[in-house]
Formats: sequence, structure tokens, C-alpha cells
Amino acid sequence: MTKPKAMVLRAAGTNCDKESQYALELAGFEAERVHVFRVMENPALLDEYQLLMIPGGFSYGDDVAAGKILANQMIHHLAEALNKFVVAGRLILGVCNGFQVLLKSGLLPWGRAGADEAGSDATLTWNDCGTFVDRWVNLRADSDKCVFLTKGQTLALPIAHGEGKFVTTGEAVLNRIRDAGQAAVRYDGDNPNGSTDDIAGICDPTGRIFGLMPHPERFVDPTQHPTWTRRGSNFADADGLAIFKNAADYLK
Amino acid sequence: MAQSAINGTMIHRIEVRLRSGFGDPHAEGVLAQIQELGIETVLAVQSARLFFLEGELTEDDARRVAAELLTDPVTEEFLLERRKTASGSAVVEVHRKAGVMDPVAASAEQAIRDMGLEVASVRTARRYELIGQVSDEKRATIARRLLANDVIEDVHFAAYAPPVTRTGKYELKIVEIPIRELDDDALEKVSKTRDLFLNLTEMKAIQDHYRNAGREPTDVEIETIAQTWSEHCGHKTFRSDVRVTDESGNEIERIPNLLKTTVFGATKELDKPWCISVFEDNAGVIEFDDDWAVCFKVETHNHPSALDPYGGAGTGIGGVVRDPMGTGMGAFPVANTDIFCFGPPDMPLADVPKGVLHPRRIMRGVVAGVRDYGNRMGIPTVNGAVYFDEKYIGNPLVYCGTVGLLPREKCFGNPASGDAIICVGGRTGRDGIHGATFSSGELTHEHETEFSGAVQIGNAITEKKMLDTLIQARDAGLYSAITDCGAGGLASAVGEMGEHLGAEVHLDRVPLKYAGLSYWEIWESEAQERMVLAVPPENVEEILKIFAAEGVEATVIGHYGTPDIHLRLFYDGQLVGELEMEFLHNGLPRPTKEAVIKSAKRTSPSPKTRDNYNDILLKILAAPNVASKEWIVRQYDHEVQGGSVIKPLVGAAHDGPGDAAVVRPVLNSRKGLVISCGMNPRLGELDPYNSALHAIDEALRNNIAVGGNLAQMAILDNFSWGNCNKPDRMGALVAAAKACYDGAMAYGTPFISGKDSLNNEFQTETGETIAIPPTLLISAVSVIEDVSRCVTADAKEPGNILFLLGTTTDHLGGSHYLLVEGAESGTDVPPVDPAGSRKVMEAVQKAIVAGLVRACHDLSEGGLAVAAAEMAFSGGLGVELDICGTGVPPAAKLFAENAGRFLVEVAPENCGAFAEMTKDIPCGKLGCVTDTGRVVIKDNTETVVDVSIDDAKQAWQGTFDW
Repeated sequence: MTKPKAMVLRAAGTNCDKESQYALELAGFEAERVHVFRVMENPALLDEYQLLMIPGGFSYGDDVAAGKILANQMIHHLAEALNKFVVAGRLILGVCNGFQVLLKSGLLPWGRAGADEAGSDATLTWNDCGTFVDRWVNLRADSDKCVFLTKGQTLALPIAHGEGKFVTTGEAVLNRIRDAGQAAVRYDGDNPNGSTDDIAGICDPTGRIFGLMPHPERFVDPTQHPTWTRRGSNFADADGLAIFKNAADYLK
Repeated sequence: MAQSAINGTMIHRIEVRLRSGFGDPHAEGVLAQIQELGIETVLAVQSARLFFLEGELTEDDARRVAAELLTDPVTEEFLLERRKTASGSAVVEVHRKAGVMDPVAASAEQAIRDMGLEVASVRTARRYELIGQVSDEKRATIARRLLANDVIEDVHFAAYAPPVTRTGKYELKIVEIPIRELDDDALEKVSKTRDLFLNLTEMKAIQDHYRNAGREPTDVEIETIAQTWSEHCGHKTFRSDVRVTDESGNEIERIPNLLKTTVFGATKELDKPWCISVFEDNAGVIEFDDDWAVCFKVETHNHPSALDPYGGAGTGIGGVVRDPMGTGMGAFPVANTDIFCFGPPDMPLADVPKGVLHPRRIMRGVVAGVRDYGNRMGIPTVNGAVYFDEKYIGNPLVYCGTVGLLPREKCFGNPASGDAIICVGGRTGRDGIHGATFSSGELTHEHETEFSGAVQIGNAITEKKMLDTLIQARDAGLYSAITDCGAGGLASAVGEMGEHLGAEVHLDRVPLKYAGLSYWEIWESEAQERMVLAVPPENVEEILKIFAAEGVEATVIGHYGTPDIHLRLFYDGQLVGELEMEFLHNGLPRPTKEAVIKSAKRTSPSPKTRDNYNDILLKILAAPNVASKEWIVRQYDHEVQGGSVIKPLVGAAHDGPGDAAVVRPVLNSRKGLVISCGMNPRLGELDPYNSALHAIDEALRNNIAVGGNLAQMAILDNFSWGNCNKPDRMGALVAAAKACYDGAMAYGTPFISGKDSLNNEFQTETGETIAIPPTLLISAVSVIEDVSRCVTADAKEPGNILFLLGTTTDHLGGSHYLLVEGAESGTDVPPVDPAGSRKVMEAVQKAIVAGLVRACHDLSEGGLAVAAAEMAFSGGLGVELDICGTGVPPAAKLFAENAGRFLVEVAPENCGAFAEMTKDIPCGKLGCVTDTGRVVIKDNTETVVDVSIDDAKQAWQGTFDW
């Protein structure tokens, strides 16, 4: 059986691309890291892949705002190709900075890239504590729509961000996201950044575009967990790997 | 007014601020810091980001840019005109000085072009409104102390529009510096007025050289010599011959080339087969596995961090990251370390001498600078330490280290005659002129203004994208050598790479940030994020394509190889400087330094006997050097790249102290790197020899405690010292260097790289000189086979047995026990027995690899009691120990800081096997892990410590709960 192909999109300042590629490969993908300039030169490149991952990092230094400049490039150079990719039923995963890019380009929450859609309903803003934070959090998958998750599952994953507080323009937008089953994953217990309704990640109405602040690619090996020395290194599965495996299973 | 016309050019001013209803954590942080300054009348702070767009944009264009790009529509709103300042509020606007790098502006320009609009330039600024009754004087204080840094920024107390800056083109004018006819005084004056930091002997050597040459030097020649011969680049103190005397002036010995006989000497004698390249490249290189090697370098960036903590520390990390990138054929950075020394964070503002920033501000700025650069680069910051002492007030120390991974077959570069010299990465500006020489001099209260040009401003993303492309070029085999542009800029990079070849450089071809730089400024600039490559001519086209494909600038600026091995510098085709590489690199006269070794008088105040030591334990846990640094650790990404195995914070709640970091740099391998450090500046002044041994022992035992491998462990030395022209400082340096030799030999751990930062002295307005304590940082890295054998310090299971390994004596000199007792620190630093300590470490390593150890913690500041408390509260459990026996007083048994000791947790069923492994070393069964939530220590029948783990943890965490 041929492996599904994943593109890990990188730009200046992307820095989680290698371990994201590794996680995708562990989950059964054939994964390649591709610079955004190559896709801008030839948007049809996207057709070769079943999954697009926008990994974490500081694309363009997070100058102006986190993920903003890369989102701006996607809006002005790649909107058509991305929307075609989405309509074709393929998957998009944005982690941390990638989630910020998905929101600011319009791919989340409503599944369409473009200037008119982009960023006016929901965003990720500065953590309540005002600084970058690296720590592990507990999460709960709350959506039966998101193809990357199994509803009811709990996960432990690390966060590492300064701008991860999810906010919407108002209660109506929040309700729309909740009602459509798009509030995909929530912080379970401690909310590390003050996100509205403890939301750590959302999906689009189809469940095939998923963005989250925690880093699944940082928990694909037991020894990445902060207390593995307390429970031994052979505990069953690493929670982050499940997210990539779910995507691979969906595409099979 | 939406637009202002200045010098005939349109500038749109856009102000972006948070909508009401969204909290502004940054403004709240500023408010809290204003209150820390003792200013109570500011009730609230509002902040805004300012953008100035210059170019052919209509107002509608500017509005579109503001709405679509610069503003987050959910949380922010923008104004295209100046807001009226509300009454009862005071405005502070902070604008960058002309020429200071503005990364946001550069990104915004690119993004505006992505939108299909043309913009000539973007500038950014910050605006604060202080709500409340604020006098002009207080506003100025707040601006100066908190909001702006005079070195790089200007403050305006009303809405301000920066003028369009247009620097004029530079007109070539070759400047000669006549020195041939000068007398000694005049030579020294030249050195001083041009900030060359060369002494008379060195100036005379240069004079002789030019007398023989029959001409005067040009400015670029003399600057190049000064830079190459600087303490920073030449390590001339460490390479000097030393005449050592005792306090009465009797000569004890003469040491030829201190570095060679001590630090280098040990490495050479140990001759480890796994050392690939030591002390010859930008970082030391050792084997990792069959395919990969690792390299490690630690640098200091002390002087710049004193002036501009944020920029100085950021460029410190940026600079040390380029060392592995410029090692061999280029390594990929996989881990960062950082160790800081600051003045006391609670020092009253009035006690801070003129010309220095408050320690708290320095600390905040340094941490933020390392955070923003390291996190953006995507390099995990995995290990570090912070120390405090009043003597760091004028000279904070900032050590940054980087570990890199490179292919085994690419550990050596080899530039060839005819190779093109390619400068890649950031553009060259006036930043950092004289950094190398400046870092070799003493700071004075006037330095803040004198040397503002020496501060560099970094842009991590420029470095990251350069790294991404360099690795591609390396793997394609397109260049023959690489080095970084660090201190001394192109002069140093090209000068070193071309030492045996000669080089021709056309300085007018170097891409500049702005016009107006003279040829010597281009040559000496320490602008960040640049690397220099030697590229065979046939590969030039292909390598330039790789850089261009990802928007990285790369330019051919000359070539290596001249028939006479000279360095020739041209500008617009005219020769502006010519130097013989031989004179440049070998013409520095090797001086003889005077050193006085003081005989250590061993004094020790007798410890007080107390009913119990609960308060002492809690005080030590709360002492700044011991207390939790979680506030810092959490701001660093320590998990990016996915290789994190043992994190900086460990235990049941992920918040206990980790002894060392473990990373897995190759994701599909189980092999790991253990990274640790050791330092003890409190001992440095008391006993520099034993202090250095303590630093080595601590680095090693931290490493061993998590599962490190003494058989393949390499160490690095970083000396930060006072002015070594003073014989007592030099004497301490000699003692510490000798300890480095003795320690490396005894432990079997070679030094692979090192660096020194001397002249860390500060002269106050009143003429008082404050020298830092002799501060030796030892960093250690070891290679392990299987990371899943690693252990952490947190207590794991009630009922498990606790063993103390190593020997405890009654030496308390320099201990935290005496510090919190408020006693004299004494001078009887516990002597280190490296041979005995090595046996203990080998036993611990063996037991860990055999899987017998559930938890292991090294004993350092605060001794046994602190280690036991840390293990207990990290595990969320308790411990009960009995320290009976031996003739040592209870205070020493609890708190002595002898080296070579570990507290080890072993499951009862493994105690037999563990006892067998430790039968030849001092090992005592002290007690067990409990589930009581208390740290209980008994001395025979007396309970000498009984505190709850909650109280202990609170004490430990409370100090830096910022």
C-alpha cells in the first residue's frame, strides 16, 4: 500500500519542521519539508500531497503578529490553491505557529483562505501571563467531527508559545464554533494562557482542517514525557503520535 | 492629520492598540515594574504599537495595510491620525535611533509588497500612556529606567514622527595613522584615542614593523592589528608567560604559555581517541556515533549585556550559535545553555552606582534577550544556572553555550588558494564597531555613552534562514571552509581563514544596511548573522542559487590566496590596506605577566549548635543561588526539535530541580547527550584553586547524576576574571588554571574548548574599582548509549532506600550555611579529592546503567539537607534520614558542601547489588523515602530537621515567583 504524502511547509523562522516530518513518518506518512517559496512559484505542487502541515516556529519572526506574515503570503499568493486543496477533501494540520497561520489566513474557523475571511472572527493573542511559556498540559478531545482526534480521549502534550490565548469577536462566533462541533480540543484542568472556553484547538466545519497550540510532534516517544522516569520508558503510546496516526488512518 | 510631509516624502503614521475588553499583559507588566520603582501615582498604563509607512501610498492604501496586515481585527483597532493625549495622562514614545536594526520593519516591508503595494520604508516605535498624576521628572525616570534604553533608543514625550533618514554616500578617503616618529607617550595616546586597547609594548611592535616597512599604517591596518591582537581574539593573557611570586615577592616559578601548560596540556596528555578536534576550531568536536559528531562552545557576552541587556544577551546567544555553525564544515545547533551572574536582585535603587542598570532590569532584559533569540532560532535551551553577588553589579556575566551536530566526515574545513570569499547572511552596518577591543577593556561609568556603537542588535530569523540554507550547501559539498563573523567581523573571519593563504577583499562589494560606512568600518563591523565561506570558483554559481532560493543574501567579496600570503584590502579598486598574515598572526609580543599567589589562611567560624535547623534549611532553599529558576526556565523553549529526554525541571509536578539535561539529537537513535555545568563564584575569592576543582566536580557529578558517562565526557572552561594586569588577579587565574589541569587529568575528562573574558572590573564615579569574583564556568557534555537508562532527582517510591555516597568533612568555608547564618564566610573551602570523587562517580554510573537507581541527586549548595529536601518535594513524597556517626558536627553533616557526593534512591530488592557495586567507596545507608510529606533528619535520637515538603517547596519557589 502506498503511504499518504504529507508536505511540511516551512518559511523563514519555521523551526519545528524536522520533528514534525519525523512524527509524520512514524505515523506512516511519506513526509517532505517544502519551502513556501517553492509553493508560491508553483502552487500546483500542493496537488501531490494528501496532508499539509504548517508546523510550529516563529515564521518571519512573528513580526507584526504571530503567524501574520506567512498568513499574508498564503492569502495573497496561495489562496486559490489552498481552497482547492480543501475542497478536494485533503487534510490540513497547523500546530502552534501553524495554528496562528491557519486562523490569520482564514482557513480556520470556516475553512476558506482569503483576505475577506481572514482573522476577523477568532484569533490567538498574548497569553494572560504576557510571556512565552513552555510546559505540559492535559487536554480533552471534545469533537466527533475532527478527523485528527477521538472524542473523549485525554492527552498530555507540551505547549510552547507566547501568543496562544484563543479569543473570538463575541459570544455568537463562539457559539457557532461550539454548535458545529468545531471546538475540537480543550485544556483539561489548568488553562495555561487564558483561552476562551479552555479552547486549545479548533477544526473547520468539515473536521479536516485542524489547528492547535500544543505540540503533538513533541510527544511521539515515551522519553519525551516529563515524568517518564517515574513510570518507566515503556508506557504504551505517546499521545501526540495518535493525532498523526488518526490522520494517516483517515487517508487510507 | 493622517499624513505628514517631511523632507518632501509622505509618511503615514499608524497607531495600533488593543480594543477595550482585551487585557494588555505587557502594559500590566510595565505597571508592576513602575510600582517596583516606588512610583505609586501611575494608576494604569496603555500601550500602542506605532508604524510609519513611507513611500508612494495613498491614504486608502495605508488604511488597507493597517486593517489587513498591522491590526488583529479581533483584539485590536487602529488609528491613522494622532490621538489627542487625554488629560491626566503622560505620553512616552520610544523610537529606535537611526541605523538601529528593526526586524519588524523589515518583515512589514516584505508583507506590504506581498499585498501588491509599494512602500519605500517602514519604521516602528512603541507608545505608552501613563494614566494618573505623573510629574515630568517621574515620567523621565520611568522612561529611562523601564521603557527605553538610551544606547539604542530615543524617548519622546509627545507624538513624534521620525525624520526620513538618508545617509550620504561614502567618499573614499584613505587615512594614514603616522606612528613611525612617535615617542612612547604619543603611541599610547594613539591607542587610547582610537580605542585600540593596545599597550605600549604592542604599539612599539607595530611601530617597528612599519619602520621596517618604510611607511605609515593606514587606519584599516592598525584597526585590523588591534582587533587580531585583542584580548578577546588573541587570548594574550592566557598565552603569556607568567612569573609567579609569593606575597613577599619571592619568585616561586615561571610558567611558559599558561594555556598550553594547563588546560591544553591536560587534553594533550589524556589524548582521548574520541576527541576529533580540540581548541583549533570555533568549537571542540567529539564523536557521537558512526555517522555523527557533536561540538560544544560556550562564550561570554558580558560587556554588551551590561549596556543593553536585551540586545547584548540576544546577540550573545546568536553569536555562540554561529560557532558550531562555523565549526568543521558546519554543525546544526541542537541545544543551548545559559549561565548568568547578576548583582542582588533586591538591591535598593539608591545603591546602584551611576552608569549601571539595576540588576533586576539587567536580569529581565538578559532573560528576554536569550528567550527571544534562542526560541526564534528553534534551539532548545536545556541547561543553565544563575548566581548573584554584589560584585557583579557593574559587570553582569552572560555565558551562552551551543551544542551542535555535524556529520563525522565533515569535521574539518580546508580553504584553498583561489576559493571565492563569500559573505552570507545579514547586511553590514555600523553596529558593533570596536566590540572585540571594547570587550577587552574595563568598564567605567561613562561607558554607557562612550561605547554605544559597540552594541549589536540581532535578528534571529536572519540567522535561522541562513542556517537552513548553509546546511543544504554543506550537504551538497559546495564549499571548502566556513567560519562565523563574530568579534572583529570580517577582519577576524577572513584574517583567520586566510592565515596561511593570504586574501584579497573588495570592501565596496560588501552589502550594507545603509550607505556611508568607511572601508575600515565595513571591515571591522560586528553586524550580526553573517558567516564567511571559502567556495571553489566552479561552485560559486550553484551555491548562490541555494541562498537566493530562500531569500538569503550572499555576495562574493574577494578570494583567498596571494603569492606572498598577504592580506590586501581594496575599496573601489584602490588598495586601502595591506598586511603580512605572518605579522598579523604571529607578531604579537608575548608578554610576561606577574602573578602573586596568596597563601590561603584557613579560617572557619565554628558552626553554632542549634536545637534544630529547620529555619536554616528553609533559608538556604530560598537563597537566590539555590532557589527555583522556574520563572526563567519556562520562558525558554526547552523541547523544540523533539529531542528532550531529561528536562530542566523534573518530578511529579514537573517543577523540581534537574541536575543536567539529556537530549536525543538524532531522533531515530537511542543515543543521547548529557549536558551539565558547574560553577561556584562564592568560593572563587576564598580559594581559586579548590573553587575551580569544585566547578569541575560539580559539572561532572551533575552529569553523572542523570546517567552521564565519565568515559566519554568532555569539558569546557570559561574564565571570567578581573583585570589580570593586577598580579593578585593573575595569581588567582594561575591557581584556577592549574586546578583545571589537575582536575582534567584526575577525572580523565579533556577540555575541548574554552574562552576567557578578562578585565571584568567597573570603575565607579568616585574612582572605586569593583572587580568580579574569579568566576570559572565548567560545562560538560557526555555521550550515552541509551537514554532510557537515565534517572531524575525526584524521590520515586515510599519504602525505597536512600544512600549517601562520598565523604563529608567539617569544612564550611564559603558555604551557604554560613551565608544564611550571617557569619563570616571563612576561608576553609572543602578541599576536593578528584581521585576519590572519580571512583564515586564511576560507581554511580555503573549502578545507573545497571538499572539499580530510581533517583539520584548531586549534593551542592546547601549540602545533604538541601538535596534531601529537593528530592522529597520534587517527588511529592517525604524522606527520613539518620545522619548519626562520624566526628563531624551536625551543621556540617547537614550543610557542608564537599564535592563528590550523591544521594541515591534504590529499591529494597536492589540494595544488595547496589552495596556490592559501591563497596570500595564511602557509602552510607541514611534512610528511606516516605509518604509522610515531610523531610525528617535525625542525628542519633535528636530530630535536627523536620519540615513539610510544602514549606520547603514554597521557600524554594518563592524567591523568584516573578
